[in-house]
Amino acid sequence: MFTIMRDLFRYSSSFRYGFIVVLIVLVMVGLSFFSPYRPDEMRVVPPNRPPSPDHILGTTSTGQDVFWMLTFAMRNTLMIAGLAVLIGRGIGVPLGMVSGYLGGGVDRVLSSIVDSFIVIPRLPLLILIASILRGQLTLFGLGVLIGILDWAFPSKRYRAQILSLRERDFTNTAVFSGMSTWKIVLKEHLPFVIPYLLADAVSGILFAIGFEVTLSALGLSAMSMQSIGTMIYWGNYYGALLANRVWILAAPVIVSIIMVIGFYMVSTGISAYLDPRSRLARMQVKG
Amino acid sequence: MTLLKEYILPRILQWAVVVFVGVTITFLIPRLSPVNPVDQAIARITTFQSMDPDAMLMARATLEDLYGLKGSIVDQYIAYWRRVLKGDLGPSFLAFPTPVSKMIGAGIGWTVGLLATSLIISWLLGIILGSLAGYFPNRWWSQVIEKTLVTVYPVPYFILSFVLLMLFTYYWPIFPLVGGAKGTPGFNWDYISSVLHHSFLPALSIIIGGTAFRFIMARALAFAEANSNYVQFAEIAALPKMKILVSYIIRNTMLPHVNDLALSLGAVFEGALITEVVFSYPGIGYTLYSAINAGDYNLIMGITLLSIVGIATASLLVDLSYPLFDPRVRYR
Repeated sequence: MFTIMRDLFRYSSSFRYGFIVVLIVLVMVGLSFFSPYRPDEMRVVPPNRPPSPDHILGTTSTGQDVFWMLTFAMRNTLMIAGLAVLIGRGIGVPLGMVSGYLGGGVDRVLSSIVDSFIVIPRLPLLILIASILRGQLTLFGLGVLIGILDWAFPSKRYRAQILSLRERDFTNTAVFSGMSTWKIVLKEHLPFVIPYLLADAVSGILFAIGFEVTLSALGLSAMSMQSIGTMIYWGNYYGALLANRVWILAAPVIVSIIMVIGFYMVSTGISAYLDPRSRLARMQVKG
Repeated sequence: MTLLKEYILPRILQWAVVVFVGVTITFLIPRLSPVNPVDQAIARITTFQSMDPDAMLMARATLEDLYGLKGSIVDQYIAYWRRVLKGDLGPSFLAFPTPVSKMIGAGIGWTVGLLATSLIISWLLGIILGSLAGYFPNRWWSQVIEKTLVTVYPVPYFILSFVLLMLFTYYWPIFPLVGGAKGTPGFNWDYISSVLHHSFLPALSIIIGGTAFRFIMARALAFAEANSNYVQFAEIAALPKMKILVSYIIRNTMLPHVNDLALSLGAVFEGALITEVVFSYPGIGYTLYSAINAGDYNLIMGITLLSIVGIATASLLVDLSYPLFDPRVRYR
């Protein structure tokens, strides 16, 4: 684990920058625990002030400090995304692995289910569920909901991954030298699957952040919760654009862009590290 | 014959499964929810006026009939299928008693027009730019395109279109804020140019998002192809670079692109829904948004169902055209 991180830092500039962004995001999340205001407290600061030394990102129309609101928003958005990734991968990874290892009839049935799910557009479905649950949807519920809808693509990718691992020479060598199936899976294949899981989980976080922002900005999630999407929603609701209070909207928009790009860079850094072709090129360059 | 049995039939079967699942899900979700649409509707009526109990019961019975909530759940399910097959999705609550199918009909043209145009443009643009960048990975322009599009790629559609909206309708107002067109519909330059003017920004946001996605794939494919033996051979034979790119590399990477088009249809459609909401473009995405705000369940269900069936059908058609491109599928 440590050597992987060191190699990633040394050879992948995209991982390096992405990791720094993710660290900053985590520091912001950590800061939310030291916020001088409670997240749902309104009218604690003078409303509609542009950024100033007192309130470095300005204040909202409901009298909240944008900077501290943002720390809560990032925490909640990341929690939703993390939950969604856990649930989505919790369903998708075992399914893909079972389908890849067992093959045959099981694989055919599972693959056709997965293929059918991939074609179904998820956003209308999510909107339907969220609009019916409006008011009752919590942070937890939103994470579960996004997770339930994001398992088909990961499952397909893990199946492909397992199929290619099964065909590699070292698997055959292990089989012929009498290794048990479990041992092959745990000792030979898992070291390949885990870094892949890492990259995949990060891209899952991206997907979930996108859905959270979209749903909340449409006013469909738990609207009293602070998240990147709800900040945009309430900003629009109080006419931040019309009244030219750009700081209220700019903060969540810019933060969300930086956040997704940071995570994406981490994910591409890991993927590039995993790609045997680029690894070969790197080894040649470094002698 | 084996083509029919091994490729076309399973694919049609899969389409039928998706449609079945879609209809069942749109049937089940509202019924599993703790919120009863009939109760909500009655609550909405009684907030403004009082009702005597008899009239209340009558209203309840009528509403249950309208929403297809009569009888046991199995009866409801069969009745729902019958209505869906007839194309009757019930009345809209927002614009009672206009049928849902009519409201969808008014918006679908805008959505399909916007979606089809931007999908084709972004697909072609992504393949061309991606293949160029994959074949010439070290030129400065390919670096610039790559850095830009890779940065744009992870940004959610909503944020992308919202930023475009902020920039080009508030701070530099060169595009209109709402609507699909000005003036009366007709086949004249004024109307058509106004349609183009209104749809430019929504289309642009979908094109940027779609191109970025396609670009990353096209670049990876072209890069792998450019390192293969036959391309190196063609280069040693001193064929013009452009010829190698167009008739060797792009031609050989077209297959995954066609195949992937079916899968990405859904994602681009989702983008179109979001974009329509942001730009108040009068397609079904915007209709869906107003339906959400008004709690119009029939309309929400209708649009959800239609989008599932529509996307499933569109990707079926793309998949069925696949044998035309890939001889390996044809002669299996």
